[in-house]
Amino acid sequence: MNVILLLMLASLAVATVFLGGFIWAVRAGQFEDTGTPPLRMLAEDDPGPIDKSPLPETNQEN
Amino acid sequence: MTAAVPQLDPTRALRAADARSGKTPAAASCLHCGQPCIGAQVPSEEKPFCCLGCQTVHALLTENGLGQFYELNATPGSTASGAQKRERWSYLDDTSVQEKLLDFSDDKVAKLTLHLPQIHCVACVWLLENLFRLDPGIVRSTVHFARRDVSLTYFKHETTLSKVVAMLAAIGYEPTLTLRELEHPKSATPHIRRQLQLGLAGFGFGNIMMLSIPGYLGLDSFSGPFFKTVFGWLSLGLALPVLVYSASDFWRTAWLSLRRRVATLDVPIALGLAALYGQSAYDILGHRGEGYLDSLTGLIFFLLCGRLFQQKTYDRLAFDRDYKGFFPLAVVRRTAGGEETVAISRLEVGDRLALRGGELLPADATLVAGTACLDYSFVTGESEPVACEVGAHLYAGGRQTGGAIEVETVKPVSQSYLTSLWDNEIFRKDGGPSLDTLTNRYSRRFTWVVLGVAAASAAFWLAVDPAIAAKAFVSVLIVACPCALALAAPLTSGTAHRVFGRAHIFLKNALVLERLAEVDTIVLDKTGTLTGNDASGVSFAGDPLSAKEAGWVLSLARHSVHPHSLRLGRALAPGAPVAPVTGFVEIPGCGLNGTVEGRSVRLGSPAWLGRSGVAIPTGFIPAGNSVCVAIDGRFRGCFLLTSPLRPEVEALVRSLGGRHQLALLSGDNAREEARFRSLLGERATLRFDQSPTDKLRFVRDLRLAGRTVMMVGDGLNDAGALKQSDVGVAVVEQVGAFSPASDIILDAAQLPQLARMLDFSRRAVRVIRAGFILSGLYNLVGIGIAAAGLLSPIVCAVLMPLSSISVVLFACGATRWAARRAGLTDATPVPAAP
Repeated sequence: MNVILLLMLASLAVATVFLGGFIWAVRAGQFEDTGTPPLRMLAEDDPGPIDKSPLPETNQEN
Repeated sequence: MTAAVPQLDPTRALRAADARSGKTPAAASCLHCGQPCIGAQVPSEEKPFCCLGCQTVHALLTENGLGQFYELNATPGSTASGAQKRERWSYLDDTSVQEKLLDFSDDKVAKLTLHLPQIHCVACVWLLENLFRLDPGIVRSTVHFARRDVSLTYFKHETTLSKVVAMLAAIGYEPTLTLRELEHPKSATPHIRRQLQLGLAGFGFGNIMMLSIPGYLGLDSFSGPFFKTVFGWLSLGLALPVLVYSASDFWRTAWLSLRRRVATLDVPIALGLAALYGQSAYDILGHRGEGYLDSLTGLIFFLLCGRLFQQKTYDRLAFDRDYKGFFPLAVVRRTAGGEETVAISRLEVGDRLALRGGELLPADATLVAGTACLDYSFVTGESEPVACEVGAHLYAGGRQTGGAIEVETVKPVSQSYLTSLWDNEIFRKDGGPSLDTLTNRYSRRFTWVVLGVAAASAAFWLAVDPAIAAKAFVSVLIVACPCALALAAPLTSGTAHRVFGRAHIFLKNALVLERLAEVDTIVLDKTGTLTGNDASGVSFAGDPLSAKEAGWVLSLARHSVHPHSLRLGRALAPGAPVAPVTGFVEIPGCGLNGTVEGRSVRLGSPAWLGRSGVAIPTGFIPAGNSVCVAIDGRFRGCFLLTSPLRPEVEALVRSLGGRHQLALLSGDNAREEARFRSLLGERATLRFDQSPTDKLRFVRDLRLAGRTVMMVGDGLNDAGALKQSDVGVAVVEQVGAFSPASDIILDAAQLPQLARMLDFSRRAVRVIRAGFILSGLYNLVGIGIAAAGLLSPIVCAVLMPLSSISVVLFACGATRWAARRAGLTDATPVPAAP
């Protein structure tokens, strides 16, 4: 029957590791924003090469 | 001209209104922002743009390899009001301003979070996270879609904050920079604690459930008493952090309400939790049984889930009642050495300010130079600009609509007109009924009933069988733990808020929903509420203008941000060609003058036209608001602008009138009394020439007469009455633009839904009541078992989660069904909900 005790402790230890992982994830801010990542993945990864032409001057008369 | 505050840009508001009304434009729609291309400002075969601003942004993005922006969403852009002067943002490089804005700063990089209300789709997220392609000084930009925030990290030596903000503004994402953000630096996120509490409760719940399985299945006889003890001890240990940390909010609120001697629902919850743990510890330590720890942790877990859901809903809908959120952040101050941009909080009495067209006056001031033409529509709700001469006293909150003026402040910002209006004692809502939520009313009775039943059953068993007395007493407290009751109201109102939010109706808190259901009297404001400011209601009297001439008038009107010009522009826009204007002059309070295609065009008041040598026909009497037109010095006629009712107002008033007493208040004269009398019916009260204080008194008198009053208005002028009423509804042209002392913010396009909103609120409150009854039934069964001294852990483990879950399902399901029954529909276009 002692094997039950061992298994019990092992399962609790695993569960505690997961709890630790969860606490780390929360503190690292992984649950901060659950809305944006699903949108982010819709975009292509590489939008093409950056054109090195100078930026148009935004300082125009309006 | 640059508007002082992004949300107040009237052209954008009008375009937004246009988009809402869902008109399908005959003209091609702009490749960038999707607005109809009026005329042919930017002629292009395959790439139509509505304005130069949009074309510039499109060119900027495609040149920098950001063309995918247009693939993610057909017309993703925010209408770009064109490039703006970078000097406008120069105050952002001021160290005292930066100190308040930046989250982090060292000598190399700086980090900050900006609020960009324009974020609305996938393409926005993608573009804003690729900002480094537009400005290499930006290291990283991360969007928080739900909050409409972007977190920026930039190299200080490669770019400046003003450059970054100017670039954002140029591509159509002008950040909201307000006093509010300067005064209250962002607080650390409270979500982390809540998520940790929930996680820990889930961890405890799951593991204790596992340890309890032998008990459920009666396997204890196989495993023997040793394991039973071990499992019991483990469960006690696992439940302790859940009880202490996860449930800490319940302890705190229960303690607070005990100290204030108010019986909130948290008191019986805390009692129940304490009784559960105490009884379990007593059972386990004394080898009497396995305790109720699975029920305890499960309850805490479900309660926290409910609270998290409620909090998320409120966070998303959080809006700000603070008028400061709507003031510009900085103004240009004239000093001996020239001009400097200063934050408003640093303004002092006697400062000379240069106010450009479109900017808001931050404090009461005297006009020193120039001709002021102030639009007080944000203060009074009346859109008629007021012309002032040098030496005139100008009030805070007015927006300069003509050319640049110079003013000298006479009062500090904190003491100016608006603040004194705001701080007025009689404007404060009496705090009395604010604690009296439906849940609290029930819980007060509930707490006493539970304690009574527990005491009675203990007394009974003391007389019959003293051994069971303590168990019966604690069992009643355990079973009566009103978790289902606590979940019913927040979940129903949370779901109701989401339904409202999708319809662009924003409620301040749960209390508003309950009060809304009790409304029996509705007071309506006229200007800006029942009447709108759109294109209809503009008519022309005089020689009919040819399409070409109408185009000239339109071309001229487009250069001005005057409310009349804007309405004229909207009325003429379909079909009229637009040509470039040279020599444009706007004479504040008078009119516009410019040359279009070689022809001199004047728009303005008849008096001004007369003064500039235009022969006004004798017998011409302008009625109401009129804009006269002269082409090449010849009088052509006059546009009449009347304030039309918003669409569907008649149907709305009819449906409201059936159930509610109606009243109309207006700051205008009684010219239109007959029209509104026939609209509102004989029973309604109509009052004209009302000052803000009159409106406030009217509402207060109604409340004193025992009525539950809903006030529907807009503008700070109604703020007092809005606050005085039981439910203050602010009707805004653009959500987020302005929130005075209101309980509800209603998108103007959703005004016709007002009756359905009231209907739905009544249904939602009925759902809350039904939820109470449902959970009350569960409690009745449980208390019956407990008082009989028969409560076993397995009964508890089944009954309690069952009641919680069924109440959750009932609350969410029934609320959605009620929304369908009430006919409350989603706003169009579908708001960008995450």
